Amino acid sequence: MNANALTNTWTLTKIRMRLAMRNRTFLFFSLFMPLGFLFFFILVFARTDAGWTAYILGAVLTMTVMGSFWGLSVQLVTFREQGILRRFRLAPLGAGPMLASSIVSNYLMTMPTIAIEILVCRFAFHMTSWGNLWAVLLLVTFGSVAFSSFGLIVASVTNTMQETQIINQLIWTAFLFLSGATIPLARFPGWIQRVSLFLPATYLATGLEAATTDLAVAGEIITDVIALSIGILVAFEISRRLFRWEPEAKVSPRAKLWVLAAMIPFLLFGIYENVAGTRLERIQRDYRILQQYESQSAPAQNR
Amino acid sequence: MGAPVIQVEGLFKNYGAVEALRGVSFEVEEGEVFGLLGPNGAGKTSTVEILEGMRTPDRGIARVCGLDPEKSGIEFKEQIGAVLQSTSLPDKLRVQEAIELFAQFYRRHANTDDLLKRFQLEEKRTAFYSQLSGGQKQRLALAMALVNDPRVVFLDEPTAGLDPQVRREIYDIIEELKRDKKTVLLTTHYIEEAERLCDRVAIVDHGRVIALGTPRELKHASAGMTRIEVRLAKPITDGALARLDGVTNCREFDGAYAMHSSRPPQTIVALVKHLEAEGNELQSLEMFSPSLEDAFIELTGRRLREQ
Repeated sequence: MNANALTNTWTLTKIRMRLAMRNRTFLFFSLFMPLGFLFFFILVFARTDAGWTAYILGAVLTMTVMGSFWGLSVQLVTFREQGILRRFRLAPLGAGPMLASSIVSNYLMTMPTIAIEILVCRFAFHMTSWGNLWAVLLLVTFGSVAFSSFGLIVASVTNTMQETQIINQLIWTAFLFLSGATIPLARFPGWIQRVSLFLPATYLATGLEAATTDLAVAGEIITDVIALSIGILVAFEISRRLFRWEPEAKVSPRAKLWVLAAMIPFLLFGIYENVAGTRLERIQRDYRILQQYESQSAPAQNR
Repeated sequence: MGAPVIQVEGLFKNYGAVEALRGVSFEVEEGEVFGLLGPNGAGKTSTVEILEGMRTPDRGIARVCGLDPEKSGIEFKEQIGAVLQSTSLPDKLRVQEAIELFAQFYRRHANTDDLLKRFQLEEKRTAFYSQLSGGQKQRLALAMALVNDPRVVFLDEPTAGLDPQVRREIYDIIEELKRDKKTVLLTTHYIEEAERLCDRVAIVDHGRVIALGTPRELKHASAGMTRIEVRLAKPITDGALARLDGVTNCREFDGAYAMHSSRPPQTIVALVKHLEAEGNELQSLEMFSPSLEDAFIELTGRRLREQ
């Protein structure tokens, strides 16, 4: 990306952020809904247990970051269907700054929500430690960019908003319930745990849950970041190649096969983790530790 | 005369089975306002969008300022400004922000305040795009087309759907561009727009240029005939009107008859005599000087607005 492209990316990023701040729907989905989830999960599942509060924080951070996927795909398709993109096409801009600016602005808009969620857990729900904040920052950053890129791929391969919503719904459900972002992965039958290792969301969820509970070690976080980084590179390049400015420019079924390419890194990571990895053991270990904390703190609370 | 600013040679474009362009060719000189006049679906927008670099022709050559619109990228985009037929901006983008945003993408750009003033948008500078009327949106589109002080301006149906007053405002703006020596390619299906604004006009129909020249030349191409439109009490089916003195051709449309006459007074006298003899009655009579509409009717056998 040359200097001109960087300047254009930053110009578009600023205007996108301004537009997002004027959009009540965006504020609801990116701020109020994640906070609603946080309060609901903690009040129902963690109550006063500091370990579980930290674990739930990790899960809610995952959901907040994964929200990028849904938000960006819908926004890009809306812009294309309304003919907004074709106006930008006339300007000396390429697809790169258009896509990069949506990723950067989404990241910058997500960070305040992330900060509020951490602060709420630390001060309102008495989470005893900050967790591994550096690991959280790394995973949130790489996760946000990766899931934004996945969203852009969905926008690139779907021809209508209806199609986008259907595909989003399917992927989102899988990400949400099979990655450990809602139900702890350790509670699932073994075969589901093995399937979950092929999902990008699993790397984000397990990484963030380990980081907020301060149970992560550097090597594990690095593996997660590498998985997400490769995902970013592949997904961004595919979405750039498949980017369409025109509402009537339909993507061919053959081009949709490119989506499979975006899955290759996670297919490889899934195979590795299933054959030689220790992720599932780590997940079980962290879950047992949290249960031990809970059983130790319960008598103390009763006294 | 230098090299043409816009050069189009044998453009072909198909959309599936639909042949949108079937060998369109024309050239536009520096500082000229050139019109593509034709009904909806004639191929005007396809031609303009190829010249804007937004569509790829199946065959043929398109050059703007000597550059290939599709392959010249940023260098080409710096040279052009355009008002697209179907486009939009984000609802919550303010007028001033829109102009400033697009200005930042170009190396050379006009002053935002000047553009707001010139397009009478000063009072609307903080209004959201969604709050603008159709005319204001079009004025904003024009302001944005000029944000980079372009050498060539493409205006694709810039007044379509606007009320007559707003249309006249847009005409004033285009006349101002003409005074500024901008090269303008305008598409329209309004005859009066082409007659008033264009130095030269290409009449496009079914993906082909069927006539090209100044509005005056095209009008003369319709043999300089006066058009006489009459409504009669009883229909005439024997073709008698076409045989009246001075009449070169006669067509029936919408229950009326349109005659082209080289000698209007003699034609009217002959018409009245004929009707008296036949016991028929004249309900209305209108006369029109030769216009581009006549040229269009003569070339295509139908009116522009009948499409």
